[in-house]
Amino acid sequence: CVNDLDVSPTDPDVVGSDKVYETVADYKEGLAKLYATLALSGQQGPDGYPDIEGIDEGFGNYLRQYWNHQELTTDEAVLSWNDATIKDFHWHTWTANDGFIAAMHSRIMYTVALCNEYIRVTEGKEEDEIKTFQAEARFLRALAYSHGLDLFGAMPFVTEENLPGAFFPERITREDLFAYVEGELSDMMPTLGAAGFEYGRADQGAASMLLAKLYLNAEVYIGEDKYDECLAALQTVLAGGYTIPTDYRYSFVADNDESPEMIFAITYDGIQTQTWGGMTYILHSQIGGSMDAEGMFGTSDAWSGLRTTSALVNKFDMTNDSRALFWTDGQSLEIDDISLFSNGYAVTKFRNRKLNGDLSDSNQSVQVDTDFPLFRLADAYLMYAEAVLRGGEGGTRAQALTYVNELRTRAYGDNSGEVADANLDLDFILDERARELFWEGHRRTDLVRFGKFTTGDYQWPWKGKVKEGVATDSYRNVFPVPSAQLVANPNLTPTDGY
Amino acid sequence: TVTAVDEPGGMPGVSVLEKGTTNGTVTNIDGQFSMTLKSEDAILVFSFVGYETQESLVAGRSAVDVTLNLDVATLSEIVVIGYGEVEKDDVTGAVATLGDTDFNQGVTTSPQDLLTGRMAGVSVTSAGGAPGSASTIRIRGGSSLGGATNDPLIVIDGFPIDDGAVSGLSNPLNTLNPNDIESFTVLKDASAAAIYGSRASNGVILITTKKGKSGKLKVNLNSQVSVSTPTKYVDVLTGDEYRELVTGLNGSDFSGIDDAALRKLGDENTDWQKEIFETAISQNHNVSVSGAAGGIPFRASYGFTDQNGILKTTSTTRHSLSLNLSPSLLDNHLKVNVNAKGTLANSNFGDEGAVGSAVNFDPTQPVYNGNSRYNGYFAYTTTTLPDGSIDPEGPANTFISNPVAMLELRENTADVNRFIGNVQLDYKFHFFPELKANLNLGMDRTSTDGVDNALPGTTWTYRDYTGDNGRLLDYTSESNSELLEFYLNYNKKFGQHSVDVIGGYSWQHWERAGTTFDRNTDGTQVVQDTKDSDENFLVSFYGRLIYDYDSRYVLTATVRQDGSSRFIGDNQWGLFPSLALAWNLHNESFLEGVPSLSMLKLRLGYGVTGQQGLSPDLVDPYYPAIAKYLRSTTGASVQFGNDYYNTLRPAAYDANLKWEETTTYNIGLDFGFWDDKLSGSIEYYQKTTDDLLNNIPIADGSNFSNYLITNVGSMEISGLEVSLTGRLVSKADFTWSVGANFTYNTREITQLSKTNDPNDPGVQVGAIAGGTDNKIQILTVGHAPYAFYTFQQVYDANGNALEGIYVDRTEEGGEVISNQFNKYHNQNPNADVLVGINSRLNYKNIDFSFSGRWSIGNYVYNNGLADNSLSSLYQSSANGYFGNIRQSAAEIGFSVPQYWSDMYVQDASFFKMDNISLGYTLDGLFENKLKARLSFTVQNAFVITDYEGIDPEVDGGIDNNIYPRPRTYLVGLNLNF
Repeated sequence: CVNDLDVSPTDPDVVGSDKVYETVADYKEGLAKLYATLALSGQQGPDGYPDIEGIDEGFGNYLRQYWNHQELTTDEAVLSWNDATIKDFHWHTWTANDGFIAAMHSRIMYTVALCNEYIRVTEGKEEDEIKTFQAEARFLRALAYSHGLDLFGAMPFVTEENLPGAFFPERITREDLFAYVEGELSDMMPTLGAAGFEYGRADQGAASMLLAKLYLNAEVYIGEDKYDECLAALQTVLAGGYTIPTDYRYSFVADNDESPEMIFAITYDGIQTQTWGGMTYILHSQIGGSMDAEGMFGTSDAWSGLRTTSALVNKFDMTNDSRALFWTDGQSLEIDDISLFSNGYAVTKFRNRKLNGDLSDSNQSVQVDTDFPLFRLADAYLMYAEAVLRGGEGGTRAQALTYVNELRTRAYGDNSGEVADANLDLDFILDERARELFWEGHRRTDLVRFGKFTTGDYQWPWKGKVKEGVATDSYRNVFPVPSAQLVANPNLTPTDGY
Repeated sequence: TVTAVDEPGGMPGVSVLEKGTTNGTVTNIDGQFSMTLKSEDAILVFSFVGYETQESLVAGRSAVDVTLNLDVATLSEIVVIGYGEVEKDDVTGAVATLGDTDFNQGVTTSPQDLLTGRMAGVSVTSAGGAPGSASTIRIRGGSSLGGATNDPLIVIDGFPIDDGAVSGLSNPLNTLNPNDIESFTVLKDASAAAIYGSRASNGVILITTKKGKSGKLKVNLNSQVSVSTPTKYVDVLTGDEYRELVTGLNGSDFSGIDDAALRKLGDENTDWQKEIFETAISQNHNVSVSGAAGGIPFRASYGFTDQNGILKTTSTTRHSLSLNLSPSLLDNHLKVNVNAKGTLANSNFGDEGAVGSAVNFDPTQPVYNGNSRYNGYFAYTTTTLPDGSIDPEGPANTFISNPVAMLELRENTADVNRFIGNVQLDYKFHFFPELKANLNLGMDRTSTDGVDNALPGTTWTYRDYTGDNGRLLDYTSESNSELLEFYLNYNKKFGQHSVDVIGGYSWQHWERAGTTFDRNTDGTQVVQDTKDSDENFLVSFYGRLIYDYDSRYVLTATVRQDGSSRFIGDNQWGLFPSLALAWNLHNESFLEGVPSLSMLKLRLGYGVTGQQGLSPDLVDPYYPAIAKYLRSTTGASVQFGNDYYNTLRPAAYDANLKWEETTTYNIGLDFGFWDDKLSGSIEYYQKTTDDLLNNIPIADGSNFSNYLITNVGSMEISGLEVSLTGRLVSKADFTWSVGANFTYNTREITQLSKTNDPNDPGVQVGAIAGGTDNKIQILTVGHAPYAFYTFQQVYDANGNALEGIYVDRTEEGGEVISNQFNKYHNQNPNADVLVGINSRLNYKNIDFSFSGRWSIGNYVYNNGLADNSLSSLYQSSANGYFGNIRQSAAEIGFSVPQYWSDMYVQDASFFKMDNISLGYTLDGLFENKLKARLSFTVQNAFVITDYEGIDPEVDGGIDNNIYPRPRTYLVGLNLNF
């Protein structure tokens, strides 16, 4: 019979889009995917049914790519492996053909496309809960676009107006995208949950933090300073009830979902939320050499990949600063060969044990419970100080000093690490951000903002493929539009310099 | 004396019967006979297979001489063409057939292997040497490009068995017992295949199984016993050589090899490859009975195969039963053909990963050290004893596993039951015998039950499984297909004109379902618990006209309209026409004067075929055009508050997806000389595939993925095929025939993206081992598909490769390896030229045959070698462990792998003698009631190649430790009575 040809899926896990959303609970599962796109690689843990293709599934994970772009390109991290063009990140020699850059670009736009779909299906819903869901979708889209404008500058632009198909999205300039994200964040803010209303979900704290970051970097993005607006946005965060815990490590352990300074995290669970990207990658890649995977990190794997350079290590008071979470046994400070794990100090920051040293609740051998701290209070403190130092209105230098010293006191265990007002300047802030926030995915953006990512102002080992580091071209402050996208979308134009 | 019209001298063995009596005799070697007649006006009946039966009135003569004429009706070959059959003269398309007497000899668990090297334009490549391993069949190179499958449509006795792999069986065709196959017919060009419309772009293989014949009961017994051995091992360092090398490197602190590392070395000289391979003994028995029971012709057969692989713990056993009934009813007006085939197969897949592990595992360590934690098998652990040696009881290193333990501790088996059956009714109308109605009802049911368990104490499960660390994994799968086909056939001769018309309808439905349940041994951790299912339909209308004028001009026109459930709306239906003309020149009067010419036919064909069969490897091969969501399964939930939520993901789809179309032009010449003592054909073809079903990168943000299955791109294929068969000698007790075939095929991508950007380097494909996500091949416009894409190696004055130094081909300066455009398209895995050769010689009771083939211009990326460098000797992860490398890698001496050096793309042209067989026939046993043949066969007898790896025949062109194909010696006994 000819009518047999009109089929609908028979698999119970596959639902026709006409029947997928019926209850509020369905909408919550749809929302969960928008968060999962940051944490996971597909619809089965740790792999299976990948979200994006053309790249190894674990590599295609959003957080893994975002972290690599932000860290491997800087003084904070090197990776020993032979994976495709990964070392181009250290050397500042990446090209538009780079598969990792293509994956990052795809991941950002994938998240945008999913959020667009969700915004469409939730449009006009009366339930307050669903309205909040929709606002969160708009937040996550704004987050993805903000990564896009930070990493790439101009981006393809699609909103809920664009139905899925095989069309060519328009290009949006960095300036216009900035304005769009800014507008979206301000617009959806009131509909989001109050700060801390439900762990794992974006709330007004997270949205304010993102907005503040946008403003802090406005000079880079649109050539206009927005430090007043930055300080204004930070007020919501500072009033959000977050506090600095006494132990610095609280935000990097298996039970860091209880850390009182966590503003927004990408969540993981050894049983429920599994991936080969994300925290599984970051945490295991840092373990190697003589480190005790089980005893120290609560895991059975040691991937022997990531270390750091002497440029970061040398910023620390190695004896007194508890944030100097390095492993030196069997490791050399300097790096002769990036491929050797023994070259460069290893890092012990992220662990799959609880703060008190117990094994994680899931106690999985490889998959971890540790969440990734995307936004935390210490970052907000340092942003406040920086905005003030850069001349922003709406904050005080005294308050800035208080915030910085609160972090220093936690780091040193007493007031011996406190910085004097006279020493509180922008160079100090950049270094303090490295000490406080290293390996948390901020470094590239920070270095670009301070004009030290490319060119000759600041060198670190292996920048420019030279052991001592050399100047690199300033066009590398943004990544190129991937060449595969230039082919697939004629509306895009090549990035200058590439 | 009896003579034959086509042979000199008397004709022996002709049966002579006095008509109406049982009184008869047989002519002697000189064609003479004598007999006493019972009646004075007796009529003698002379008969011999292949000749017309002749009667002669004795009329008192004492000597009767007759000359028998060839029976043209039985001699003219009937060719199966799909929905019917035609005489050879009426074939208009590129059609090749292979009957059972021509099949390759030897162990053939897989029906495909019967064809290897035997037909021009048909290449068969086995995936490796595993028992029952899959074979890839490519007809004219394949018309599709990854998104759609390049597999030909296979039709068994009128039942198409395409669409979807059978889980638990590496090769879906393995459920068919090769001993039941009567013939293969391959429809190569569009004009021949277009009757199968939408599934015919990659050719069609029609398999006909053996049928019962009226007459006396015949029994055939066939038994084989075989011994398989590995042919070659990878040349790696011995334990002693290894210790010497790494101790030497210690001085230079290479690769982190320090004193502490060296203390982990063992004292052994373990040859891991010898530990995992063994000589394997297999057996294969078949019995068939055919004849007529109660007037119904039947054939029944039973086959039993027990095949063991040379890799320990790999084997497959198969029981197969088949039954064919072909009664004629209603005064021969209704012909019924019933086929039923049932198979029970059990496979033990072992762990093919052990092949690579054995090459790379530390040769200084023992197989067994009696530890308690890992079942006694040596395991690399992450801790050391006080003396610095490996702690036998420490936590497992999950990156590498003892190859012997991989085999012995893994239970990876599956039971597959399959039933394929169909009933075909062919009714010739009583008062209108030119019209026939044909109804074909069939079903194909497969169910699989498999396990893939690992015992507690297997190092590799420590990574993913908690508790006592073993794994229990069960899976099942069901796949069903039902077929309904009906056609009317009108066949009539009007003087010199004859027409054969069919019009039909076809409906086929597939459904597949599967479950997987994966947990640790004590059941406390569920890793996966999933169910999946899908279905698809094809509905078709088709028609064909064959018009023949005076056996000189033949025209075939076909049209098929196909509907596929993979597409929606207007795109569901595709129309596939074809037209072909044949001119039988040998029937023209102007060639009558050329007696040496027995056959000369010119054929011209044009046709459009389609493709809708998306590759089962794609994420969504069955519903690519509709909007849908996929709910997440185990381990992919998200935390909100203290609860975890499954996620709902919209899937990418292309609502405008439609048929891929291949247009083919074919010109062919069939010829036969000296009564077809030399016969053959030459074909030239051009194919263009448009709207390729392609899984390609799309504009980010335009859909719910970065890749989409969509209709993009074109490919052009052209080729030349020559087939030759020579019957060099055909005497009564001495025959010798030689067959040869030649194939030249070239493919080029002509479009690959919607924008057709000339600067597009293409889509990287061909994942290799080493690192993660490294790819060595590329699809680029203007090049052959899957071309290798490499940097050009620079060598020093002595010809030694300089590590990491490549030619700056773009001359843009800068970091050479950071600029992808310094890579170049460097050959491709497909052979330019394939030549098959085979011969069969019978002398009295002895027969001798062989079959071999050349493959010229196929290149292979030697991934195993590329992945070996001095840094592979010692890995610092998991607290450090040693690994072996190839001798040649040690000589090259690269410190880190140089995956994209063109030195690893190597010419793998080869000649393979696939089999040599010698047989001896004993006939006349037990008063002519028993005929026996004893045979000895060597399979994979020898290979001639310059390629450095183990085997130059690598499906896909990336050589990464495939299961080696063994050499097999086989003794067979065949009894007929």
